[in-house]
Amino acid sequence: MGTKSYDEAIYDLQKLLIEKDELKTVAAAKLEQITAELQTVSSSDSNSFDPVERIKQGFVTFKKEKYDTNPALYGELAKGQSPKYMVFACSDSRVCPSHVLNFHPGDAFVVRNIANMVPPYDKVKYAGVGAAIEYAVLHLKVENIVVIGHSACGGIKGLMTFPLDGNNSTDFIEDWVKICLPAKTKVLAENGKSALEDQCGRCEKEAVNVSLANLLTYPFVREGVVKGTLALKGGYYDFVNGSFELWGLKFGLSPAHSI
Amino acid sequence: MVFFTERTNMVEELGSRDEFLQRSREIETSYDLIGEIRQRFLRFKRQKYLPEIEKFQALAIAQSPKVMVIGCADSRVCPSYVLGFQPGEAFTIRNVANLITPIENGPTETNSALEFAVTTLQVENIIVMGHSNCGGIAALMSHQNHQEQKSSLVERWVMNGKAAKLRTQAASSHLSFDEQCRKCEKESIKDSVMNLITYPWIRDRVKRGEVEIHGCYYNLSDCSLEKWRLSSDTINNGFCVSDREIWT
Repeated sequence: MGTKSYDEAIYDLQKLLIEKDELKTVAAAKLEQITAELQTVSSSDSNSFDPVERIKQGFVTFKKEKYDTNPALYGELAKGQSPKYMVFACSDSRVCPSHVLNFHPGDAFVVRNIANMVPPYDKVKYAGVGAAIEYAVLHLKVENIVVIGHSACGGIKGLMTFPLDGNNSTDFIEDWVKICLPAKTKVLAENGKSALEDQCGRCEKEAVNVSLANLLTYPFVREGVVKGTLALKGGYYDFVNGSFELWGLKFGLSPAHSI
Repeated sequence: MVFFTERTNMVEELGSRDEFLQRSREIETSYDLIGEIRQRFLRFKRQKYLPEIEKFQALAIAQSPKVMVIGCADSRVCPSYVLGFQPGEAFTIRNVANLITPIENGPTETNSALEFAVTTLQVENIIVMGHSNCGGIAALMSHQNHQEQKSSLVERWVMNGKAAKLRTQAASSHLSFDEQCRKCEKESIKDSVMNLITYPWIRDRVKRGEVEIHGCYYNLSDCSLEKWRLSSDTINNGFCVSDREIWT
């Protein structure tokens, strides 16, 4: 705990910001984070979070209420999985598809990464995503791939605010989020003058479209889509308003005409 | 040609139940998937979001999870489901076979998420969660052809766990393929945990006691969870596995 009173601390901060105006954005972001942290602390029953106790309780509850009450389902699942969905969702702690789309074990093969991005087909770079798509489409034969973006996404905010001029300030984050650079370019071209928050909201949805298009660069995805055995969907979860949007990607070949 | 079809918005549906049922029936006859996703989302909204609207509004300002989980993409092992994490509690990565590669292997989707979770969100715990009957580990154990050019994407990715495979084969060649897979699933969690330490922004925090690393293994055949912790081994200036527990 600091030695200063709340009033003194606030006074010092204000003084600093009058002297150094450029720090205001940083200060605003940090204050936002502190407010959220304090809200979480005050809303939980205990102040100390014990992760081991937390997962122990979570697991015991899962076993008692789900596993033991549905032996038929879990017996089947012990033999194998055949999910209908493959889902790309963000790593963000607020958007787990098991909660938001009420998925149960066996329902959805789920990849989670920063800003739910799908890089274009590349055997070497970002092979983890490629491996997941290959496994889901060729081995598990999922029928739908759903890419789900969300509101207030930190990864998209990074994409919109990092200069991305080659002088990276992070080891890996900029290199990853620039996968959806075409979304940023489009948003800046169409809404260059609007506020950052508005641009981020647009980019969160546009980045999903970039990922859907990137999915088509995987030969086995394209084949499934053309044959009609695989559907590609975009989704957007807005946790500020409690809404969910869903849209589709259509792709097909028309009959040939002799010319 | 590529184009995006009309969007379906699922916001205002909760007002009248009759109206909702009628509309979703109309959609279901023409488009089954949209109807299903709608039902799924509205159940979440009714059962979780609206009853805890204050919590969700607070979370909407910013997330401050204390835990990061690296789990498998397998449909049976969602960490929120099996370990009971609620929205806001766990920043989660899911890839094939919950693998973490060492820093010298270069960028992956996993280490960019690790960097964000550790340096920006400042999570205090990292959990690597593996599981039994893992298709990724089975692919690793059965992969014969070690020539990269001919390998599938899955084989290329899971070969990141090669060291665990070789150790398993050396120690357990007398066991059946399935039994070897169970061993390798556990060995590869250890390697992923040790690979976490190759990232300076993780190693420094672990040494300072700001971040704790845990390994856990979910056996979905008998519903048990084995859990351990990575501790500093001060004598050898290294790390060791400690506090092993099994919950059944």
